[in-house]
Amino acid sequence: MSWAFLRDLLSGVNKYSTGIGRIWVAVVFLFRLLVYVAAAENIWKHEHDEFECNIKQPGCENVCFDHFFPVSHIRLWALQLIMVSTPSLLVVFHVAYRENREKHHNQKLYKNPGKTDGGLLCTYLISLILKTGLEIFFLVLFYKLYNGFEIPRLVKCDLKPCPNTVDCYISKPTEKMIFLYCLVATSCLCIILNLSELSYLIFKYSIKCYLKRHVKKQQ
Amino acid sequence: MDWGALHTILGGVNKHSTSIGKIWLTVLFIFRIMILVVAAEKVWGDEQDDFVCNTLQPGCRNVCYDHFFPISHIRLWALQLIFVSTPALLVAMHVAYRRHEKKRQFRKGDQKCEFKDIEEIRKQRFRIEGSLWWTYTGSIFFRLIFEAVFMYAFYFMYDGFRMPRLMKCNAWPCPNTVDCFVSRPTEKTVFTIFMIAVSSICILLNVAELCYLLTKFFLRRSKKAGNSKQQPNHENKEETKQNEMNELISDSCQNTVIGFTS
Repeated sequence: MSWAFLRDLLSGVNKYSTGIGRIWVAVVFLFRLLVYVAAAENIWKHEHDEFECNIKQPGCENVCFDHFFPVSHIRLWALQLIMVSTPSLLVVFHVAYRENREKHHNQKLYKNPGKTDGGLLCTYLISLILKTGLEIFFLVLFYKLYNGFEIPRLVKCDLKPCPNTVDCYISKPTEKMIFLYCLVATSCLCIILNLSELSYLIFKYSIKCYLKRHVKKQQ
Repeated sequence: MDWGALHTILGGVNKHSTSIGKIWLTVLFIFRIMILVVAAEKVWGDEQDDFVCNTLQPGCRNVCYDHFFPISHIRLWALQLIFVSTPALLVAMHVAYRRHEKKRQFRKGDQKCEFKDIEEIRKQRFRIEGSLWWTYTGSIFFRLIFEAVFMYAFYFMYDGFRMPRLMKCNAWPCPNTVDCFVSRPTEKTVFTIFMIAVSSICILLNVAELCYLLTKFFLRRSKKAGNSKQQPNHENKEETKQNEMNELISDSCQNTVIGFTS
């Protein structure tokens, strides 16, 4: 029970997605999940042990670490990945509901239960809006919590029980910053993909509606 | 044997649940078990190593840690998830028993048995009716009890849901009152509140499912009582009960395709 579960979930969603949606799933798998598991997790693994303060006062390091990292980058990253993948489940539930309805009435109610039209289109659009919203939310959260996407080498801490202002050094700041930028870049890419999928679907179905109405008027 | 095994077991129950039950299962797996394994376990990973006390007295740190954390949050959550998932096994066992009975009937060559082969019996999805309804409702009730008990245990053991930065300890062999500092208190508080929030959502889902099942049951019963007053009832008692329960769940049961295997 780990990221493989999320992977299986998203593979199931892939069937009902548009082309851009499939690109989005591929981006999430390769550039976010894989990078997280294969590289990022190990960088942040010993962040607490390797956080050193220029003081022997017991407890000072703990308190300073807690002050500068209320929630670790890596945990926020994991939460972001989970939250951003979950709206796709709405589409899966809706398709399952359609298939069940067909089974219950023992007749073909839909031309193709998995085709995005009518109610399923609305669900799909809602899931896209939710995904985009959550991505933006997490990016803003990152920015606000850490005053930008920079990780300094040195932070100055003067909380109790530290006796005075104390120098504290963060481990692997440059490497963490590079991966943070990678996270931001892939998030932005996913936001762009979601927005283009949203506009594509709205455009496609408005043209369809307009043509239908036009044909009706002519008849 | 790990959380994956639980996933396999509960996935089988999923087929026979109501739609609210399926949402509950999804919330359980994604927002509780997955978060626990992927994030929370790492936050609490170094809890004892990085629990620092302002003393050189050997043994003092150990004793203070044990005093303030009789049972770690992570272990309590794991226990909670196991206990909360287990009532669903009652439903799984009941379904297995029914399947066994059907297979026995089929093998005997019973005329009443409506299945053509063993495979169909294995794949059949049972409606929540009759005794299975009681088992199902009982399992939801136990789930609720366990959730509430664990939430209270958390609150009672840790005096609320906040993790303090500093704890003052004077247990023997610490010489005097000693300052002890917890590692990552803010992150732990955030995850504690998150897990409590998701537990509350699960409790609400269970209550909603329970109310839904009870309301439909009593509505159908009163409808049936109303109908039987108007005309003499010659129907088979079992048939009416079956019809009742069939309608109970018929428009809400769904099969999800999110990888829950039977």
